[in-house]
Amino acid sequence: MGRILLVARIAGRDLRRRPAEAALLLLAITAATTTLTLGLVLHDVASDPYRRTREATAGPDVVASLSPDPLGSQPGDLGELEALADLPGVVDHSGPYPVTGAVLEAGGQLATAQVEGRDPSVAAVDQPQLTQGSWVEDGGVVIEAALADALGVRAGDRIDLNDRSFPVVGVAVTAATPPYPSLSPTGTAENPLQYCPLPSPSPCDEPNGADGGPTPELIGALRRVDAEHPGVVWVTQADARRLVPQADSLSYVMNLRLDDPASAPAFVAGHLPSGLSAGPPGATIPEVVALRSWQQIRDEFAGDLKSNEQEVLLIGSRLLSLLAVASVAVLVGGRMADQTRRVGLLKAVGGTPGLVAVVLLAEYVVVALLAAAAGLAVGWGIAPVLVDTGAGLLGGAGAPSLTTSTVGTVAAMALGVAVAATFVPAVRAARTSTVRALADSARAPRRTAWLVAISARLPVPLLLGLRMAARRPRRVLLAVISIAITVSGIVAALVAHADAQLGDDRGSSIMNERLDQMLLVIMVTLVALAAVNAIFITWATALDARHSSALSRALGATPHQVSAGLAVAQVLPALAGALLGIPGGLALVAAVSGEDTANPPLGQLLAVVPVTVLVVIALTAIPVRIGARRPAADVLRAELA
Amino acid sequence: MSDTDTDHAVLWTRGLRKHYGQGEGLVRAVDGVDLDVARGETVAVMGPSGCGKSTLLHLLGGLDRPSGGEVWLAGRRIDGIGERALARVRRREVGFVFQAFHLMDELTAVENVELPALLGGRSAGTARRRAVDLLDRVGLADRAGFLPAALSGGQRQRVAIARALSNEPLVLFADEPTGNLDSASTLDVLRLFDHLHEAGQTLVIVTHDARIAATADRLIAMRDGQFVEETRLTGGSTGRLSALVGLEG
Repeated sequence: MGRILLVARIAGRDLRRRPAEAALLLLAITAATTTLTLGLVLHDVASDPYRRTREATAGPDVVASLSPDPLGSQPGDLGELEALADLPGVVDHSGPYPVTGAVLEAGGQLATAQVEGRDPSVAAVDQPQLTQGSWVEDGGVVIEAALADALGVRAGDRIDLNDRSFPVVGVAVTAATPPYPSLSPTGTAENPLQYCPLPSPSPCDEPNGADGGPTPELIGALRRVDAEHPGVVWVTQADARRLVPQADSLSYVMNLRLDDPASAPAFVAGHLPSGLSAGPPGATIPEVVALRSWQQIRDEFAGDLKSNEQEVLLIGSRLLSLLAVASVAVLVGGRMADQTRRVGLLKAVGGTPGLVAVVLLAEYVVVALLAAAAGLAVGWGIAPVLVDTGAGLLGGAGAPSLTTSTVGTVAAMALGVAVAATFVPAVRAARTSTVRALADSARAPRRTAWLVAISARLPVPLLLGLRMAARRPRRVLLAVISIAITVSGIVAALVAHADAQLGDDRGSSIMNERLDQMLLVIMVTLVALAAVNAIFITWATALDARHSSALSRALGATPHQVSAGLAVAQVLPALAGALLGIPGGLALVAAVSGEDTANPPLGQLLAVVPVTVLVVIALTAIPVRIGARRPAADVLRAELA
Repeated sequence: MSDTDTDHAVLWTRGLRKHYGQGEGLVRAVDGVDLDVARGETVAVMGPSGCGKSTLLHLLGGLDRPSGGEVWLAGRRIDGIGERALARVRRREVGFVFQAFHLMDELTAVENVELPALLGGRSAGTARRRAVDLLDRVGLADRAGFLPAALSGGQRQRVAIARALSNEPLVLFADEPTGNLDSASTLDVLRLFDHLHEAGQTLVIVTHDARIAATADRLIAMRDGQFVEETRLTGGSTGRLSALVGLEG
């Protein structure tokens, strides 16, 4: 117990002795833990509005839909759909309701719409919750809130459905379908029919504009709409039937409530087209009937967040944790150089090597635990703000639940960062001889003979810079890694942005705008941490090289040459890191997305290198200047003291 | 005060001052020093620790800037010139030998010696040939490829002396060159300075070592930042040298 108190007291006092460094350590690790927390809790946050919407709209447990026979012109057998209501476990239902695809035009904007014919009366299952206006009436439509939001339509406006004009009498939300637009694009440019709205028939099936239908230009525009599900428009059943040329081309949906909502996936799996046990024994549901559980609908919304923002955050948190390791390693390295004498004193008064290592590790473990707590708190606090669930669901994002697994993962990451960065210096300090530590002699620099030989043939700033860098190869490696990680992140963001631009052309701009915002947050954090690293590394290099710099000046080097040398020692690793970061970022995207992505313009990618170098020069200018300007006589005198 | 005519002096100062702090905390490290050093002359400055000897040396060699007064080197006033020009002076006109050697640990002996020449813009080949030659002159040709850690204290100081001679300086400044050496190594360095003196090298040496001081043409005693005694040893000793350096009796 006494030993623990001793370690705690020494570690605590040392942290208090250098509050700025402790704060920077805390900041570096907190950036990583916050991002990881966000990545882990985002799914919970995104799911919460769906739950509220489902409660408010008496959301269905299973949505069944019936499309016309795709192989022929036979209409679907409505009786087969209605038979689902009699299946065991089904306690209530609404529908079947007629459904058709339509081209929606509002204020010059086009969208595909799934027009659903509803009764003016309140349905027992899936009664959309009005957010504006009133429910459907003959000749008046209600628009799904996210679609209305995307088109800028409000109750009282007018829209066209297949060239028929309707007043918008209301705006509503539903839990029976994911909000418009679907967050998971499907289809490719080679297979544009996948962009057409379901269920059939859709305007895309009649590309010639026959029967007064959409023109080919309109069809072309619609095919660029990248949504698996069109926006929903509710009309009366009579109006729905008037929108199609033949009644047998209508589809139908029916909403089912089960006695056990949790069993909905099992219900769907058990009643797939080939294995049905509904209705008369031996009967099967034809293939044109599709079933979807409420969990599938929820996950389509929340799951899409996972595949976008959450993925970005999880990758970002890994990049940030690597950067945090670099930050902590640089800080710890710098502190260790400063703590040599302290280590000697600890040993001189009887501290064992083990005690020395434990004291040094304890300081960073404490900081790491604080950073984990801060990251969890900040991540928990800002997750609902970052997650814009859009207008399609009720309420904003909910508060995430911090599970044991989330807390454990974040704490493990923070501790991992601290231990990975401090273990080697702590062991090295523990092994240092007491006499040497008390003498406070600097760690001998490394010699790289070939670099010394090459640098002799170079101009003075390059000569000094190369030799400075070569003295501490591990620090150079950290600088290279730090820049490479940051540039990889930037390149990945550029690729994601280019991909998002492509997505904008396909009509998923809301999703991509959100993704862009998330990328921006990660980028800013990455760049901020990398900037802190660059400044730390420069400062550590300047401190470490103060003797050789002073000596160089005593031997005739100008302050400008020494400054330039110090700058070269930072720029060379930055250049290497930037060059490595470009393929690194492209590889990262390829590994994560696993599919072809749009590459940003080559010029943009190549510009990353000079921009990185310029930023590093700017960031390191002040520490370089301070490091090089210290009077040589003072340094040489101090070395003697 | 010196009777050397400034017309023949390669280095001279007038009213040289270096003060630190202010008010009650004011420290007069160098306080109104006039000095003339003739070409080829060896001047030894002795005095107790903290009397300002090293600070004086730094001011003379352009390593530090004075608070007041003048420093002239080779007919050019250097106390007020810019950093770049001062660096050029250090590169071309002066050489330094330090008590702590101040060799770069990661460079071999020959690489340390060639460094001033490289900083002076000489080609790598020329700098290397000059460094090898200098190491030969200080008796360390066979240690050219050794790192400082593998050399004895005396050998390190001889490498430092070779380095200081790399650009053929007008004046060589040595700050306690034998302060960290054992007797045998001190003798090696003494011989080296003697040879340099004979070769006509101008030397200004700050030392506690009476044997080093004995090789000088003039011995200056310094106390509290001021010259308090000056003794010409070559052809005109005042007879106080033995008392000053403790060789009496």
